[in-house]
Amino acid sequence: MEMFASALPALSDAWHMILQPEVLGYLVLGVVMGLAVGIFPGLGGIAGLSLLLPFMFGMEPLYGLALMIGMVAVVPTSDTFASVLMGIPGSSASQATVLDGFPLARKGQAARALSAAFTSSLFGGLVGALFLTIFILFARPIVLAFGLPEMLMITILGLSMVAVLAGRVALKGLAAAGLGMLIGTIGEADAGGSLRMATYDIPYLVDGLSLVIVGLGIFAVPEIVSLLRQDRSIAKDASLGAGWAEGVRDWVANKWLSVRCSIIGVMVGVIPGLGGSVVDWIAYGHAVQTTKDKSNFGKGEIRGVIGPESSNNAKEGGGLVPTLLFGIPGSGSMAIFIGAIALLGSGDIEVGPSMLRDNLDITYSIVWLLALANVVGTLLCIAASGGIAKLTTIRFTYLAPFLFMLISFAAFQSGQNFEDLLALLGIGLIGIFLRRFDWSRPAFLIGFVLSNPVEKFSNQAFQIASFRFRNSFEEGMTYLFSPIVIVLIIVTLVSVVLGIRQAKSIMAEGNVQAGSKRAPLVFLLVIAAYVVASLVNAQMIPDYNMTDKIVPLVICTITLGCCIILLAQMMLRPETDPIFADKERAGEDADAPYGLWPTLAWFGFLIAASWVVGFILALTAFLIAFLRVRAGAGWPKVLLLTACGVALMCTMAGALNRDFPPGLLQSAVDLPWPLK
Amino acid sequence: MTTIKQFVTSVAVAALLATPAAAEVDFSGKTIEWVIPFSETGGSAKWANFFAPLLSEALPGNPTVVVKFMPGAGSTKGANWFQEQKYDDGTLLFGTSGSTQFPYLLDDPRVRYEYSDWVPVMASGTGGVAYLNPEDGAKFDGSANALQDINFIYGSQGATRLDLVPLLAWKMLGMNVEPVFGIKGRGDGRLMFERGEATIDYQTSSSYLGASADLVAQGKAVPMMTWGAIDDNGNIVRDPTFPDIPTFKEVCEATDGCETSGDAWDAWKAFFVSGFPVQKIAFLPAGTPDDVAQTYADAFDAVRKRDDFPTISAKAIGKYDIFVGPNAKKATAAGTTVSPQAKDYVKNWLQEAYGVSLK
Repeated sequence: MEMFASALPALSDAWHMILQPEVLGYLVLGVVMGLAVGIFPGLGGIAGLSLLLPFMFGMEPLYGLALMIGMVAVVPTSDTFASVLMGIPGSSASQATVLDGFPLARKGQAARALSAAFTSSLFGGLVGALFLTIFILFARPIVLAFGLPEMLMITILGLSMVAVLAGRVALKGLAAAGLGMLIGTIGEADAGGSLRMATYDIPYLVDGLSLVIVGLGIFAVPEIVSLLRQDRSIAKDASLGAGWAEGVRDWVANKWLSVRCSIIGVMVGVIPGLGGSVVDWIAYGHAVQTTKDKSNFGKGEIRGVIGPESSNNAKEGGGLVPTLLFGIPGSGSMAIFIGAIALLGSGDIEVGPSMLRDNLDITYSIVWLLALANVVGTLLCIAASGGIAKLTTIRFTYLAPFLFMLISFAAFQSGQNFEDLLALLGIGLIGIFLRRFDWSRPAFLIGFVLSNPVEKFSNQAFQIASFRFRNSFEEGMTYLFSPIVIVLIIVTLVSVVLGIRQAKSIMAEGNVQAGSKRAPLVFLLVIAAYVVASLVNAQMIPDYNMTDKIVPLVICTITLGCCIILLAQMMLRPETDPIFADKERAGEDADAPYGLWPTLAWFGFLIAASWVVGFILALTAFLIAFLRVRAGAGWPKVLLLTACGVALMCTMAGALNRDFPPGLLQSAVDLPWPLK
Repeated sequence: MTTIKQFVTSVAVAALLATPAAAEVDFSGKTIEWVIPFSETGGSAKWANFFAPLLSEALPGNPTVVVKFMPGAGSTKGANWFQEQKYDDGTLLFGTSGSTQFPYLLDDPRVRYEYSDWVPVMASGTGGVAYLNPEDGAKFDGSANALQDINFIYGSQGATRLDLVPLLAWKMLGMNVEPVFGIKGRGDGRLMFERGEATIDYQTSSSYLGASADLVAQGKAVPMMTWGAIDDNGNIVRDPTFPDIPTFKEVCEATDGCETSGDAWDAWKAFFVSGFPVQKIAFLPAGTPDDVAQTYADAFDAVRKRDDFPTISAKAIGKYDIFVGPNAKKATAAGTTVSPQAKDYVKNWLQEAYGVSLK
């Protein structure tokens, strides 16, 4: 109670602290830097904060906080540009946005989608801050009520969104999710360190694949390749129909959806250990389930943009709770944030349980700085969205080489291995075929993202539960089936049942025509072969490492079961059945003037050349060759665009103090940066 | 101070050898890359980010010091990379942590680096505190005798990580501690303890002060022991940060069946030294000339002697010694060597208790 008594004065102190011109100045500076970083896919808040760290040392705490929060707050806002305009998920916060945002851009409604997304972000950020102001005072016991069984159930709720996004043939969606989960288990197991589908001879695989690479490979590569084959602009007829005002009106019409998704965002963000990975999908699923006419989802439904975008900025606010109250970072950028706070001033702000007691005013300043940063960031983004949306009217052949450049650079930043580029190409191929044969890509990605949490939480909850059961049966049952768990089980069941009923009307890939049997059958067999290989591989893990073995085994069995049923169905059904959906039979891809392999070969060329002469030299050659040969541009234009592209890469990498993928040449000769 | 010292040294060298003086080490306009084999989010990142600006001020010529991250394979990727680097112009610095030392000590197959090749210039450490839930904590009387029949559960990052030190300590005390593996950081372990899912926990000194001490104050946790600190003669003494909490050595001496000599004890001590008092070390690459190494040692010496150092380092480092120059060399030797018997003991125990074999 005394806490509430101290809350109001602290809140007013916080406002006095924030509303100083210098603080606001630093906030705006941080926001502008955050927007600049966030607009590039794959960099995100971690890169931005690392850039600020050297300046934090001994800085006036409030200024430092304003600068850092300004930067962190707007990354989930500005990454919307890449996901809506280019179909590139810039971070895990914008994966669900791609599903409907990008189709809207292709309809020429990019400005509308962007402004609806930004308005939702703004609103989500404000709801988050408002909610936190009160909630933070009694959040501690609530956060502690979420043990491992509860977290496992939330993860499963996220996973149940596969039901909504499974596509026309539910079994294919389920198998895609299973495949995603299996890809997610590659590498060294968290619990016992067993290797799954990896060997110490290929150290790259031991660490597993990163989310950035899988997100780019599954969503960005297939779209870039497809658009490039069609040789047109992203927006049909290269025209921009709806303007930004319409997006704001869309938001007004769906404000209650936005409210609900914001609250979902804060609540899930509050729970440590889940981070942002599930929020988007739960919000997207919620948007689908509360919409009467579901036929437009996946084809450009504005509610599919408003839902996830409302939740992901609210989530940043919620993520402050574990960070500030427990000193446990909810995300990578929050981990750096905690570290940086220790450097500020004389280092007397201590993140952790004492934060509320000793620094409630600072805590409130952080919460409201975050909200203010959202306001400033959103206004800037909306102002810019009309202009930036024009990118979608450019002939795609001029955009594509730069997108290949950006996604390669983003992929390399995730682990700084040359293999990152190979993995991007490999996962990109999987993405291309999933798209072609109408296997749900969102389901694959959900499976990948949630693979690790599902495995971790189920193993740990199982171990602790069996410990409790040894004490008494009752103790075990109370641990496993707490009221929160039971509520979550009911929500999950309802969502699965509704989801399966609705899935057929949600065609993320559009109405894909079916054609011959051979190609879809071959693809199914390839997937089944990989699943069998995983199964054998998991079986080889010795039994004393059951924790590393059981989850891959279960997923393999389920996925293989789906594959076998699909195989039987393929044998029994006629070739016109949706199960044989194949984009190469009819539609945009089939009519495209360019083939898949020659187009993909350009990307392969960039990667192969990087392997030989390093990224920057390879990029120069790639841009010149592509613009000259494929785009057929005149020499002045070719040279100018190439120079711009290379200069952009060097400026960005230089500012962020990053290296480029080196090649054989670099290992033989010492070259100066950026060639090294 | 440092420049005068170097000046005197270089003049003396010049006079003695009557050869042209080696140009005084000067990093004006240069950029020093401090490579950390972990991600931006870990403790080593915090450590390097704390020292980087101070080092920049202390080095002659005030070069820019940037921290670069090269995560992968539990830091062995970065360490293998550093092994291949040759001395160039003294602008490459590398930082290791307990997670780099342990695989090296345990002959992890991924290790292709050799600590004795590198030139240590600074080493710093931390301590750790183990604590119990209140119910079992009431039975703790300075010995673990009354704790030997209780089953404990502990959130652990993995048996071959720093958690090796607490797990082995509890095992030596005859306690039955079941680890739940796969948590992401000690913060998650503490949360598990707070939720009542785990019943025993340990934190490094700074995290203990930041969060667990609060639990103790509220009666939600009972401190059991610290790992201790090392004095100049290599003996384990009370941790200066927690002078009121007994060390594991004291608890072990008071507990039936626990001995502070023999293979088990030697093994525990070797891994303790490597994981705590000499946890983080800054290295220059193999082949670095002595004057460059000395310049760095002097710079770190100047950093730790700053008037404001105790205040600014309290959060980032704690009240622990920072070793520079010859002391860093000594500390590194202590933190990166283990007797064959002790190594075998740990390997056998890891295999038997957790099925972990590093092959």
